[in-house]
Order: sequence, then C-alpha cells, then structure tokens
Amino acid sequence: MASLVGSRVERKEDKKLLTGRGRYTADVNFVHQTFAYFVRSPHARAQIKKIDTSKALKSPGVISILTGADIVNDKIGGLIAGWRIKSEDGSDMKVPPHPPLASDTVNYVGDHVAVVIAETLDEARNAAELVKVDYKILKAVVSTKDAMSSDQIYKDIPKNMCFDWLLGDRAKVQEAFDKADKIIKIDLVNNRLIPNAMEPRAANADYNPSTEEITLYTTSQNPHLARIIISAFNGVAPENKLRVIAPDVGGGFGSKIYPYAEEVVCSWAAKKIERPVKWVADRTESFLSDCHGRDHVTHAELAVKNDGTFLGFKNETIANLGAYASVFGTVTPTYLFGPCATGVYKMPAAYSNVKAVYTNTAPVDAYRGAGRPEATYTIETLVEKAARELGMDPAEIRMKNFPTQFPFQQTLVHSVDSGDYVGGLNKAMEVADYKGFEKRKRESASKGKLRGIGLCSYFEACGIAPSPVVMMLGCGIGLWESAEVRFNPTGNVTVFTGSHSHGQGHDTTFAQIAADQLGVPLENIEIAHGDTDKGPFGYGTYGSRSLTVGGTAIVKACDKIIAKGKRVAAKMLEASVDDIEFSNGEFVVAKSNKKKTIGEVAFACYLPGTYGEVKSPLPEGDEPGLKETSFFDPVNFSFPAGSHICEVEVDPDTGETKLAKYTAVDDFGTIINPLVVEGQVHGGLAQGIGQALYENCHYDESGQLVTASYMDYTMPRADNFPEFNLGFTCTPATSNPLGTKGCGEAGAIAAPPAVMNAVMNAIGTEISMPATAEKVWKACNKNKKSNSEAA
Amino acid sequence: MKTFNYHSAKDVKEASKLASSNSAFLAGGMTTIPSIKLGLATYKDIINIKNIKSLSGIKVSGKTIKIGATTKHVEVANSKDVKKAIPSLAALAEGIGDPQVRNRGTIGGSIANNDPSADYPSACIALNAVIHTNNRKIEAEKFFKGMFETALKNGEIIEAIEFSIPEKSNYQKYPNPASRYAVVGVYVAKHKGEVNVAVTGAKPCVYNDKDLAKALSNNFSSSAIESVKISSSGMNSDIHASAEYRANMVRVFAKKAVEAC
Ligand SMILES: Cc1cc2nc3c(=O)[nH]c(=O)nc-3n(C[C@H](O)[C@H](O)[C@H](O)COP(=O)(O)OP(=O)(O)OC[C@H]3O[C@@H](n4cnc5c(N)ncnc54)[C@H](O)[C@@H]3O)c2cc1C
Repeated sequence: MASLVGSRVERKEDKKLLTGRGRYTADVNFVHQTFAYFVRSPHARAQIKKIDTSKALKSPGVISILTGADIVNDKIGGLIAGWRIKSEDGSDMKVPPHPPLASDTVNYVGDHVAVVIAETLDEARNAAELVKVDYKILKAVVSTKDAMSSDQIYKDIPKNMCFDWLLGDRAKVQEAFDKADKIIKIDLVNNRLIPNAMEPRAANADYNPSTEEITLYTTSQNPHLARIIISAFNGVAPENKLRVIAPDVGGGFGSKIYPYAEEVVCSWAAKKIERPVKWVADRTESFLSDCHGRDHVTHAELAVKNDGTFLGFKNETIANLGAYASVFGTVTPTYLFGPCATGVYKMPAAYSNVKAVYTNTAPVDAYRGAGRPEATYTIETLVEKAARELGMDPAEIRMKNFPTQFPFQQTLVHSVDSGDYVGGLNKAMEVADYKGFEKRKRESASKGKLRGIGLCSYFEACGIAPSPVVMMLGCGIGLWESAEVRFNPTGNVTVFTGSHSHGQGHDTTFAQIAADQLGVPLENIEIAHGDTDKGPFGYGTYGSRSLTVGGTAIVKACDKIIAKGKRVAAKMLEASVDDIEFSNGEFVVAKSNKKKTIGEVAFACYLPGTYGEVKSPLPEGDEPGLKETSFFDPVNFSFPAGSHICEVEVDPDTGETKLAKYTAVDDFGTIINPLVVEGQVHGGLAQGIGQALYENCHYDESGQLVTASYMDYTMPRADNFPEFNLGFTCTPATSNPLGTKGCGEAGAIAAPPAVMNAVMNAIGTEISMPATAEKVWKACNKNKKSNSEAA
Repeated sequence: MKTFNYHSAKDVKEASKLASSNSAFLAGGMTTIPSIKLGLATYKDIINIKNIKSLSGIKVSGKTIKIGATTKHVEVANSKDVKKAIPSLAALAEGIGDPQVRNRGTIGGSIANNDPSADYPSACIALNAVIHTNNRKIEAEKFFKGMFETALKNGEIIEAIEFSIPEKSNYQKYPNPASRYAVVGVYVAKHKGEVNVAVTGAKPCVYNDKDLAKALSNNFSSSAIESVKISSSGMNSDIHASAEYRANMVRVFAKKAVEAC
C-alpha cells in the first residue's frame, strides 16, 4: 500500500459541510426547549443601581429572568483568567472579578446583565426590552495608549494595569545599544480585530433530572476545557455530571477556545428550570461579545552596526486586555508574543516589556496567531526600516542576521530545533522573481501606479505543549494531547482525539496518519472528536497544535496496537514475537511467510476462542479487545518558519492598494496533506491581508462599537486577493516522530508585515494598519506637497 | 422581531389602499427585512407588491427606456436592451451589492428608499429620469428630497422609471470596502445640448454637480474637470471617508467616468 502521508487526499468532511449537511449547535433541538436572550449593557462603563424585571416577567411566554443576584445566591463562580503572569517587580497580575451576569458594574458595551428565558425566541427578546436597568453612567476608558493615565475602572487595580511584565535583560540590552552605530526606532499600532467566525457562538443545555446530568452542546474549539472550567470554576455541576459536546463548529480562530458567560448561564439555567435552554448569538452579539484580537501599541528599537549586523532589540508594548482578563488573554501578549519579537535573527541582547491594561471594551484573547503576528509585525517592519536607513537590500540585511546552525538558541526563550532560513528566503525570492521587481515597477509607473515590494521572514513557536514548561510559565492547564485508537470487532477503526476540528480537516489528515500506521484503508477509519463522553480528556485545537501534538498521540496509540497485535499474531501463528514483522496491515512471520491481517487479529482479540476446543489466541497476560490510548506531551514547541514576499500597486489618485503578487514559502516540516495545508495557508493569508488592508475594530470615545456590522467592519473578500504563489521547504521537526510543525497560523502571522512593507515601499512613507485607501491617499499627498516644497 | 400583518396585493390599487403611515411595501425586501430584523424599523403592515405583474419589465422606445419598479437589479444588469441602449445603467446594476442582493433587490425599492449611498438615484438624475407613480409623473430632480426622503406620498407607488437614452454615459463608483455601497459614485451623461454629473454617496442626498456639468458641456474631456473647484463643505464624513477625501474622489471618479464614456 502506498503511503498516504504526503498525498493530496480530498477532505472527507467537505461533502457534508458544502452540501449543508453539517450539524451545528444551532441545529440541535430538544423537546420542551426554551430560549435565552441576554440583556446586555448599552453602556461601556456604568454602575447598576437597580434592575426591575417585574414588567418583563409578565410578558407572554416568559419562564424565568435571572440576574447577577441569582448568580451570587447560587454561588456560581466567575469566568477565569487561565494564565498567571507576574510583573517585573515580582507581584502577581491583577484580575477583576468577571461574573457571568454582572452584579454591580458593567464594563463594556455587550456585557451580560440579565438573561430572559421564554418559550420562544421572540418572546424572550420582547421581554428583554422590558427589563428596566437603572444605570449610573461612568466615563469610559477606551484608548489603549492612554489607559494607564485614565480614570481607574476597578477599585483595586491602579493605573488599570494588570501587569508590567519583562522578559530579557535591560542592562545587557543597554550595553549593546551603547556599542551600536545606529539605532532604528519604530512606533506602531497593531490594530484590533474582530474574529468573525462564520458560525456565531451558540449553546444548548439540556438537564436530565433523573441522572442530574447536564448535556451542553456548544460552539467550542475545546469541549474538555469548557467542561473543566464550567465544572471546577463556575461550579455549575461536577465534571462527571456535565457532558460537553462541540459538534460541527464553523470556525473559531481562537475566539471559541474557552467558555463564555452564555454557556455557563445556559447550563446553570437549564438545571434551575429543569428544561433545555438554547441560545444562539445574532451577528451583532458576535461583534460585541466575542473576544477580540491584537490591540497593541508598541515602541521598538533595533541597535545595528553600519554593516547591518544586529546588536540588540527593545520592545515596549502596551497590550489592551479589554474589560476583563480572558482565559488566554494574559499569555497572548506575553509568552506568545515577547519571545518571538526578536524574529528569525541572531540577536545578542533583547528584552520585551509588556504592560497589559484594562479598558471598557470587549475582552481581548487569542486570535489566529495569538501574539506571534504582533511580534512578527514589530520586528519585520523594524528590520525593513533598518534596511532602508542603512541603504541595504531588505533581503540582504535579513540573510546577514539569520542563524545557520540548528538547534538555534533564540535570544529570549526558545531553542529552535530545526530550520533553514537562508534556503527559505532564497526560494521565496526565486518564486517571487525578486530580481524582476524593478522592471515591474517601471511598468506600473507607466500606468501612473506606484509599485512596492515587501518582505517578511518569520518563525513562530506553536504546537503548544510541553506541559511542564507552560505550567512553569503560569499556564493553568497542561497542553499534552490524547488519542484512543479503537479497533471495532469487524476490523474498522475509530480514532478518538482530544483535539477538535472546526475547519482544519482532521477527519482527513488524522485518518491518513492512522491508515498509514495500521495499514487499514482510509474509508474504514473514523475520526471522533468533540464529545467529552467519547474518548479521553484532551486540550482541543488552537496554537497550530493538533497535528503535532494530537497527531503524534495517534501514532503512539497505533504503536501500542501494533505491539499487542504482534503478540497475538505470534500466538496465532505459533511463532516467536521477535520473528513477527508488521507492514501494510499484515503481521508476517519473516521466515515462513505465514501471516495474519490486522483485521483478523482484531477479530481474534474480540472473539478470543475456537469452536470445539478451549483455545485462546491471546497470549497469557494479554486482555481481550484491541484498543489503546496514548497521551503525548512533546519535549519542545515546534517552530514553523518561512519567508513571504508581497507586491502591491497603489493608485496615488485614490489611495487604493491592489495586491499584485503574493508569494509564501513556508517550512512546516513534514506535510501530511498538501491540499489541506495549502487551504490553511490561504485562509491565514486572507486574515493577515485583511488585518493589513481592511479590518479594523473601532470604538468611539464613549466606548460604543462603531464597527458592529458588516456595513462598517471590512471583511476581506475573494476579489481582494491575487492568486497566491505557494512554495515549501522542509526541515522536519525533531520533537515529534511525524516531523510536523503546524501550519494553521503562519499566513496570519507573516502577511501583515509583508503587505505593509510593500505599501510603505510603494509610497515611501510609514503608515499604520489597516492601509485603507484614504490613509494611503493622504500619505501620498503629504509626500507630494513636501516634494513640491523641497523643489 | 415584532409581529406584523402580511398582505399580498394583486394590483396597484389594492396595494395603495392597504398602505398607511405605519406600513411598508415589500419589493426585494433587501432594505426592509434587515431593518426589521435589526429592530431599526417596525411596521404594522407589510404589503407584498411582487405579485403585481404590471410593475415588472423593461421596455425600450425610441428615446427612452422604461423599467418597471419591481424589476430586479440582476434583470437590469443582464438585459440586452439596457446593455444596448444605456450600457452604463446595466453596469451600474451589476455593481450593486452582491449576487444575493441583486437577485432580490429592485429598482423601485432602491429609489423609494433613497439611501444617500445608493447607486440608482445617480442614474435617475444623470439620465433625466421620470418617475411614474400610480398618481403622477415626477422628474428625478424633484423626486430626491433629502436623506432617505423622496417626493412620494403615503400610499403612493412607483410603477416605473423612465430614463432618457443619452449620447454617451458612464458610471464610476468607489465602493465602501465593507458594504460595497458607494462611498462616492459619479454618473456622467452627455445628452444633446446638456451634460449631467450626478454624484451619490458624497452628500446626504444625490445631486447634480452643476459646476462639473457646465465645464463638461463646454469641453467634454477629463482635462476640463481639473480646474473645477470641488468643495468638501456639506460632504459626508465617517469612519470610511472624510469629507476632504470624498471631494477628491468626486474629481477622480468624474474624470474616470468621462474617460470611460
Ligand atoms: C448587503 C447589501 C448590500 C447592498 N449594496 C447596495 C449597493 O451597493 N448599492 C445600492 O444602491 N444598494 C445596495 N443595497 C440596497 C439594495 O439595492 C436594495 O435592493 C434597495 O435598497 C431596496 O430595494 P428592495 O427592492 O429590496 O426594497 P424593499 O426593501 O422591499 O423596500 C424598501 C423601501 O422602499 C419602499 N418601496 C419598495 N418598492 C416601492 C415601490 N414600487 N413604490 C414605492 N415604495 C416602494 C418600501 O415601502 C420600503 O420602504 C444593498 C443591500 C444589502 C442588503
């Protein structure tokens, strides 16, 4: 049998998803179901003086209205910050309480105030309008930059600061800067984004009074995590009385990693009223209350020698956490950001200092790339600026500072096991026809257009794991992954994974791995995920970890299956275990060529006997059945890397920027399915280009979300993109047996600096993301004026 | 969503009779339905006019082209007659929203709504359209009164829009990157003895830029536009475009339109 790993197998899941047969949380309905509608704060910051539900309770169809007072009465715990960060001075981070329904204050537009539960959705919504909330409106803190000097939001949190974190050595950096020929400085904003998963968040909780069990269907990237949080922290039900199912999920991008107030409230309410409670976000609620992404204000400096050698790097960042510290909200701007900010370079000295602040905006958490796009944008726009100021080619300055020896001890944390940055950039330049740029630039100029080229070389730390390391750094959970490989008696296989697929194509890729390991046809393998009652505990999907960590767990479980299979086959074939070889689904006695297929062995394991005589195929000490579980915790992160080259064409009359050419050459280690990987790169690029040119979350001064619909929040569309030129290089990861590194976030990480460097190259001046037409037009005009003044 | 009474009118007379100050006609529903769903509008009665056959269809006569009110954007975009007589009008329809919107939205609904950034109002102004209602004929210049405001009276129904066929014309639009409505749209039409330059998106209501029109009637070339003063005062300003940028875009897109004529 030819190996399936590396082949372009079409996605098994696409047929159902593309023909509308996916089964999402909103598709799940229960008998006697009720509907929840949340009363949300219309103000960014206010005190709740009084909530009057009397009129709403009389509205037709209303069953119950619950508020923060009920949360307190029932001792329902608050939402949690899952990663503990310490400040430079050793003090612990400061975290405000985050009750699932507000008790005395509301802190962003969309914050949860009360829930109305009624027989129909319309009845719930109509009654919600009758809930009277008496607010004392307070001055909102909105600006990331000014948060520390604005009104204090929480009593015990001075300067609205959660922590002031440092990674690196300030003194060593100062020494390096003292030796520099030149210091390159940059001030930038990493614009805030709204995730916009295609499927809005939803929850449907069913309580069974006879078993006292809650079954919660929800849009989660991580049902096991939802269960442990709702159980251990919110205290809604013990873990063994709470089943969480995340069926088909239409995209998450980080925003569905952890449970929100709505899931907690629906589960708790279902138990209270002893009826199922369903909630499905409408699009406005998604804009207002899904956790947002990015939102950094950064000042960074690079110390260089005149020949382009990097000596040192400083990164001073203010990161906006929004109104509350969300589950991964505190790690995203620290350990996922700080270490990667030195980029793919030898950097003798560096530090990252991050001040995380609270504002009266929606909570901010991990969003595709989580910290690494912010890091890459910082270093890659800075390096490009250094090249400009030193009069060097941007490729040359990068090449000069790339490490060439691996493993490479990166400045701040990571030991990068493998890579070939020089080879990657060379290949990208070849695919992009870097040499031909000047000619294309002249052609554009002849049409009155400004053409620019921009580079980005990145690395990222993903495949997140290793548990002891992340827990040492403050993570409240482990990050290993589980797999259970279960042969069914008739020879087909179910593989349970603790990761979760919501667009990544696990049904296909994971089946390819199992098929290769076990020698079983692809169509006989089922990948099961997303149900805490099926398969072992796991940690879900984010941080490009599923294949590297979860896929490896599958390999390990398959190894155990084969080891047992050898023992059983040896007994059946009356041979010694040492003489049995396994390949292509067959256990073969090397000398005699006698064999048993893996299906026959599985059958024998489940039906261990023989008609007419007392005889078992199972060796002494082996139990019946053929099912193995593995929990894999790798020894290191994985480190995808690559170089992207973007060309844009700007119309100086209108400021419109057209992507003319985009080349991405990535090193994801071993590629299991190129078709799936290309899809992941395309999606990541779309989001990265979206951030650079279109997307921007905008709150006005009073904290109202101005971009709360698709009329105002610009999603990139297919016609905004050129054909992407993709290329790959491969240095396998050494931290897992598959050699994979992870590909889900790379596009979103590399594209923003590549695009922005191209835009800035075209117009010859610095501008911030997103490079909207008006901004670019203004920048072009400013130049024109100063040009004519100079002349 | 608040409940309402739904009616399906069989003819214009019935539809008009059912109308009140608290009702809406349902043509494509592409404005009305989202407004109801978002809670921006509530109605007591919704009167479906899509089953009234006489309101739909495209007719060309010598000098004009008459388009029934419930004719969908996609039908105008694909019409051989429109493409031949006024290609810029077919192109305008092709550029509205997205396929879903074009497959439902109607010309009558669009101009009755008079969104400041809608496309069709500029065509009405540039092409000297006459709006035929169940009571009267209204010249386009008198039809568009202000932001979301028209000359239509309660219960008055647009039956058709009659456009004059120009010598040449072109419509250029800078679409809002989010919604794809016009941030600025400029419709230039050269008629015998007259040029119209209708601008949408830039101000609270579509208008004919008389200065540009005059410059172009003297010299129908993009260079004639260069010297015309375009003031940003009174222009819309929002997160997508400042008044200053809109003023620039009126000039740039007027030039593009003339060049494409
Ligand atoms: C996502 C999206 C994108 C869009 N993009 C654009 C765009 O780029 N450019 C653009 O111009 N438009 C755009 N539109 C609006 C679209 O063109 C609508 O079709 C139009 O605004 C309303 O037409 P309708 O037939 O859907 O009207 P309806 O929603 O059915 O009715 C709208 C209003 O018009 C009244 N009305 C309807 N027909 C008549 C009639 N015959 N007589 C009197 N009154 C009548 C109704 O009473 C109602 O008040 C977009 C809409 C959406 C949803």
